[in-house]
Amino acid sequence: MGDKAMFGVLVEVQLRPGIADPQGATIQRALPALGFDGISAVRAGKAFRFEIDALDEEEALLHARVVADRLLANPVIEDATVTVTPANGESGA
Amino acid sequence: MAPRIGVVVFPGTNCEHDARVALESLGASAELVWHGSSDLSEFDAVVLPGGFAHGDYLRPGAIARFSPVIGAVEAFAAAGGPVVGICNGFQVLCEAGLLPGALQKNRGLRFLCQNVTLEVANDTSVLTRGVAVGTRLVIPINHFEGNYTCDAETLQRLQEEDRIVVRYAENPNGSVDSIAGVSNEAGNVVGLMPHPERATDVLLGSTDGITLLEAFIASAATKV
Amino acid sequence: MSEEVVLHRALGLTDSERDEIEALLGREPNHLELALFAVMWSEHCSYKSSRIHLKRLPTEAPHVLVGPGENAGVIDAGDGIAVAIRIESHNHPSAIEPYQGAATGVGGILRDIFTMGARPIAVMDPLFFGDPTEAKQQWLIEGVVAGISGYGNSVGVPTIGGDLTFDPCYAQNPLVNVLCLGVLPTERLVLGQASGVGNLAVLLGSATGRDGIGGVSVLASAGFGGESAEEEAAKRPSVQVGDPYEEKRLIEACLELLDLKLVVGIQDLGGAGLVCATSETAARGGVGMDVDVSAVPRREAGMEAYEVMTSESQERMLAIVTPEDLARVQEVCARWEVRSAVVGRVTEPPADGPGRLRIMDGFDGEVLGDVPAVALADDAPLYQRPLERPADLDVRLADDPGVMPAPADCGDDLLQLLFDPSWVYRQYDHQLFLNTVEGPGGDAAVLKLAAPGLPDSKRGLALSTDSNPAWCSLDPRLGTAATVAEGALALACAGATPKAVVNCLNFGNPEHPEVMWQLSEAIDGMAEACRGLGLPVIGGNVSLYNESFGRDIDPTPVIGSLGLIEHLARRPPGVTMPAGSTLVLLDGGVEVDGPSLAGSRWAVGVCGHRNGTLPPLDLEGHRRLINFVGALVAEAVAPAVPGVEDLVVGIHDVSAGGLAVALAELAVRSGVGFSVSGITGHHQLFSEAPSRVVVATNRPKFLTQRAESAGVRARILGTAGGDRLVVEGLVDLDLAATTASWRNRLPQLLDELAPA
Repeated sequence: MGDKAMFGVLVEVQLRPGIADPQGATIQRALPALGFDGISAVRAGKAFRFEIDALDEEEALLHARVVADRLLANPVIEDATVTVTPANGESGA
Repeated sequence: MAPRIGVVVFPGTNCEHDARVALESLGASAELVWHGSSDLSEFDAVVLPGGFAHGDYLRPGAIARFSPVIGAVEAFAAAGGPVVGICNGFQVLCEAGLLPGALQKNRGLRFLCQNVTLEVANDTSVLTRGVAVGTRLVIPINHFEGNYTCDAETLQRLQEEDRIVVRYAENPNGSVDSIAGVSNEAGNVVGLMPHPERATDVLLGSTDGITLLEAFIASAATKV
Repeated sequence: MSEEVVLHRALGLTDSERDEIEALLGREPNHLELALFAVMWSEHCSYKSSRIHLKRLPTEAPHVLVGPGENAGVIDAGDGIAVAIRIESHNHPSAIEPYQGAATGVGGILRDIFTMGARPIAVMDPLFFGDPTEAKQQWLIEGVVAGISGYGNSVGVPTIGGDLTFDPCYAQNPLVNVLCLGVLPTERLVLGQASGVGNLAVLLGSATGRDGIGGVSVLASAGFGGESAEEEAAKRPSVQVGDPYEEKRLIEACLELLDLKLVVGIQDLGGAGLVCATSETAARGGVGMDVDVSAVPRREAGMEAYEVMTSESQERMLAIVTPEDLARVQEVCARWEVRSAVVGRVTEPPADGPGRLRIMDGFDGEVLGDVPAVALADDAPLYQRPLERPADLDVRLADDPGVMPAPADCGDDLLQLLFDPSWVYRQYDHQLFLNTVEGPGGDAAVLKLAAPGLPDSKRGLALSTDSNPAWCSLDPRLGTAATVAEGALALACAGATPKAVVNCLNFGNPEHPEVMWQLSEAIDGMAEACRGLGLPVIGGNVSLYNESFGRDIDPTPVIGSLGLIEHLARRPPGVTMPAGSTLVLLDGGVEVDGPSLAGSRWAVGVCGHRNGTLPPLDLEGHRRLINFVGALVAEAVAPAVPGVEDLVVGIHDVSAGGLAVALAELAVRSGVGFSVSGITGHHQLFSEAPSRVVVATNRPKFLTQRAESAGVRARILGTAGGDRLVVEGLVDLDLAATTASWRNRLPQLLDELAPA
């Protein structure tokens, strides 16, 4: 015991390819008014950050993956990507 | 004896009294059931009413599906009991995996509270048993996330297995195949976005919801 | 200059106010005490500029259970049911962050209503913006409507109506008013007061953060403009964020506590937060209170006592509870997942003076501040600010819009005045609770008088919110009187008897003598109309400093009117006209040849002519019209009498846009054209002279006879039918094209036509 360390987790949830994304489409339609014509493939999503105690990065990732798939994303329409970093911020991504 | 219908209440649910009042006005006996309850076996049918369970935070229904009562709804449905999820209740049933698909934000990205015309598409589900296919009903919708979405394979299965229960005559929210409500394979679990309980009083403008709720109460009465 | 002098000014207190505080305390106030006085004596909390004038309003009637000064006005609706109503502004917060500003406005007023023991069952939102085609206004409109929708729908209270007004005077200073109505079994009525020495003050709901620190004094009591983007950004952190889910649980928990009779008194935390709730409950109960700031649950570390006491964090209530009931209170709260913490104790007043509000660090710890509760709540200075009639007013009154050329085509002008507000109200749940008989878009909203836990009743409620800033800018007295008159008439059109009004007075900077004159005149106009129509004023809110870049908004008194329908058995006829029916104009106003167009939408909106002398208002004639119309429609909503055909089959009051808009709205809403003759010119078509109603009837002869015997002039205008809107010699429009224009106009202005 006592070997656990804290890891920072970033979960990004986005609609699966092929699922209509009216938010993304609306943002994209607004961009020319801002002077940007060269932006395409806008997709809206959500990001979640939390901290997790785990033995190592692998375990942190495993647990975060379960949280992402079972709660944060709806697998019917969404995918989640999970990024884990040591909470003291020594590694950056 | 009047069939007993359990109306499930999550924190944030707000249509529970409306559902109860409408069902009782049609001769059923309806009781509110707190989401912490894990046994629904005393009831003849179960309603998951509309509202904003857990504030709709994260996604509508995403947190409600972890409530103890969802296990009870699963058991009740597995035993063939009639279950209907209205609006937020439909979203909860999808999140819980009791119905296929998901409900995304409306195509227009705005909340919509208005009357819509529905077309009954199936006459075998617990909500439409005995109602002629093609019957048109004017019933209000009241949602931000009512845009029914599923993959092509699921849609094909729903169509082939006659599980699309009601369709919008004019699609208000971008739902695939204008789907307003679907059922599970057995037809005893139905979810729909429109609110039939809001169309049960001539003072409020439409009584077309009675057609659906009476079919549901009849299903409850014949539950064995 | 000592640092402390700088401090009180920085907090918004004048030098004389600071001296008064020192005299009240008998010593120098410390920093915390100064901060408490600063928020409690701010304009927003103390009404120090307006209170002297508000005293002139009539507030009493036999059916009034609670008048102004409490959290909400309450009337007895009969059948053991009481109705609570309140209106408020959330103008400044909405200008800075439209979504959260509007959302927290809804949240705040709901708490005022359930504080009285009432279940909130309806919200209405009168909104005022600048030119809707401008990007900034679109951002405001979209944000405000989304905020009301996002909060109101989720918390589960239907938004059943409101108003939408566009005028350039609101471009920098939008107005977001919100009215809420609640119902309760009369016996459950509670007041926000503390009593019983030794009782506990329990804080319910959200944890306290730094949101809205100084909000009421900094935001609601200062104008905008003349500041850099950075300065405007610096105001942002003090905007509160709403949590409708917390509020929903708070409502259910509080109503359950009241049902179980577990609270002695209850008070919401709104502007000025905990200091307001504790000092007001103590002052009303004639007791003192010790507050332990260390016991207040916090969302942020390192908060100072003054921050905890003045924070405007949302979704919080203060319940006064006996020590014996505490455990049960905590149990109810836990079930609804509502946080509860004992933060105060009711104390005995000292023998020689009023009860003290003591702010302490632990009940046995250091006393951080010690002031008489009543001094904070009631002893703010009252100002008789200078009044001055605007110097240019006579010139404006003499400049009549009659000089404007007649329109080349009245039909074209009519189309400009015609818009369907459903783009707004479709975003609001207006049907929850199965009470909404007549929703948004008509003359008045109509509700069944019903809610879980209420005794059965056959009665119905009618509600309307009205305003007429174009009129009030020319003549605030007549304009406000006419607004009261319009609201009462809208209720009559639904078959209701007007019972009470509430008001939200949105004005400019009270330090401008012209603004104070407008306010004083408006209050006199309201008083005159309410006396003339027999209506008590049971609540109000004053929002001052609605100015930007030195320019005040037009005076904008908003009147909320509440009426009772004796027996609501059938849907009111509403704004419709069946084909074949006869259209009759009922008129209780002053008979004139060429009615004035001053202040009309045609003059102001189409011609940009904002001057002239308003058409007169005859309160006696108006009252006769209200009684007559109210009785007619009451017959149409009561149970049908076999063999007797109703006299009224459709009805619409004549208000914004005059007769032209009234007729056109009847047409587009019923899908039926009309043919009308005998209208002599655009004056008669577009004048907004008060006291008029268009009625559709199948028994015109009998109707006109009855009208005449009731002292109301009746004139047959024409008939409903066909697919054209025809006013002989003036208007000839295609029904389908007019309907499309009506429906698309608002989305078009907002660039919001839905993608196909």
